[in-house]
Amino acid sequence: MMIAVDIALFLEKFGLIVVVILAALGIALYTTFAERKVAGIIQDRRGPNRAGPFGLLQPLADGVKMIMKEEIIPLTSNKWLFILGPNLAMITAMMTSAVIPWGNKLELFGRTIDLQIADINIGVLYIFGVVSMGVYGIMIGGWASNNKFSLIAAVRGASQIISYELAMGLSLIALLMITGSLSTKTIVEQQMANGVWNVVLQPLGFLIFLICAFAETNRTPFDLPEAENELNFGYHQEYSSMKLGFYLFAEYINMIMSSALMATLFFGGYDIPFVNEVTLSEKWGTNIVTVLGTLMLLTKIVAFLFLFMWVRWTIPRFRYDQLMDLGWKKLIPLALINMLVTGAVILWLNK
Amino acid sequence: MQPLTNRVKVLEQKPLNFMERLYLPNIAKGMAITFGHMFKKRPTINYPEEKRPFSPVFRGLHILNRDEEGRENCTACGLCAVACPAEAITMEAAERKKEEEHLYREEKYAARYEINMLRCIFCGLCEEACPKDAIYLTETFAPANFTRESFIYGKPDLLIPNPKTKPEEFLAAQGKLQEHKVNMKAAKNDQ
Repeated sequence: MMIAVDIALFLEKFGLIVVVILAALGIALYTTFAERKVAGIIQDRRGPNRAGPFGLLQPLADGVKMIMKEEIIPLTSNKWLFILGPNLAMITAMMTSAVIPWGNKLELFGRTIDLQIADINIGVLYIFGVVSMGVYGIMIGGWASNNKFSLIAAVRGASQIISYELAMGLSLIALLMITGSLSTKTIVEQQMANGVWNVVLQPLGFLIFLICAFAETNRTPFDLPEAENELNFGYHQEYSSMKLGFYLFAEYINMIMSSALMATLFFGGYDIPFVNEVTLSEKWGTNIVTVLGTLMLLTKIVAFLFLFMWVRWTIPRFRYDQLMDLGWKKLIPLALINMLVTGAVILWLNK
Repeated sequence: MQPLTNRVKVLEQKPLNFMERLYLPNIAKGMAITFGHMFKKRPTINYPEEKRPFSPVFRGLHILNRDEEGRENCTACGLCAVACPAEAITMEAAERKKEEEHLYREEKYAARYEINMLRCIFCGLCEEACPKDAIYLTETFAPANFTRESFIYGKPDLLIPNPKTKPEEFLAAQGKLQEHKVNMKAAKNDQ
């Protein structure tokens, strides 16, 4: 009996992992398309519209092109690390999805399925661990290429990510003081129960987190590791074919995951605003409300993705010293002050 | 240094004030501008599907005209070649034979008529010089090609389709097909 339950649980989790990864890949595929379309529209152009209706087959064409290109491994590179780099970037980008609650419970085949791959009680810490692993993808790729531009880009990327992780962590500490839990599921449930999203309680914390998220995903205005006009192409300069594709793809998956994270931590995750889910579930049934909640989370993610693109096509890149200045001298003190104020307010409210 | 003109403008470089140093308000301003551009009219046209209309005086590729019976107008007088400032036109004249009366309007015709489209500057002087109503510039331009030789257009490339055997193509080449269709429709409606 015990074994049977375990197999069902295994299948359930395995199915969920497959669905989440496929969905993430699919969304990332179309995020590349959306990026080009948004860039076009913002710049008064049309964007890709040749492949299929409205250019919707463009990502497929790009993918086919990426796969068909010749794979080049430079002679002087460290082959093993050269191949490991993009894989690591891709894997770490995907791993974050494990602790994000994609929805409430589904009732299928007499079982209650949690739409979260792993509800661990250190969810937020896990995310930090995985995100820091992302540095290795960039660092190893840049190092193994045996190219000075790549190496400079890799060092830049690594130092940038490490610097901004600090401010990111400090901004989250203030949030965790309010929630009192590291489990992402609990954080979402608290927001649903309170009816107030954390962004209202922690606006400064959210702002710092948002800025750090831009830096962590190497997006403009913090895209120094791939600054085309300074470093040719950055840490993936020597890469070709699908290995380059993995690097580019990992960036988009990182974007999706940090959008999901921001939606979860600060914007109520799968909470539908102005609606009481419990009464609604009694009226319509749990499954429908769960699906609606997941769609709501997706909407929030898409909104954040649009923000990422919108900022990219608006703001020019920072200079490297400005980047470090912002990270160490502005965001970290600001996050510390935010933390202190939050702590003081909590103490004062509790008397 | 003494300025040479009185148009010198001295730029003041003030240190940034607090709001500017905050940077975020300015980012918001920039983002508002880019967001506004999302709703602007796009000047791009989808080329192969949509084409920008030519102006009525547009001068494109040449065409050798025929009369309504399908006979070539050109008599190889050479006035176009003389008028051509780029020396792009070459021709060879020949005498019409008895059985060729349905092909050429007058006793002399152009056996060879070539325009080098790489030399041509599309000035339209040939059109003005022609006394026989035989050469016109149309609203098309020379398509891209790989060899220089392919830009020397001979008679088969230049001649307008025969109005007797290919009336539709003839009207289309004249740019009057649409007009013709409208007229035909009106005539049908009148009946």
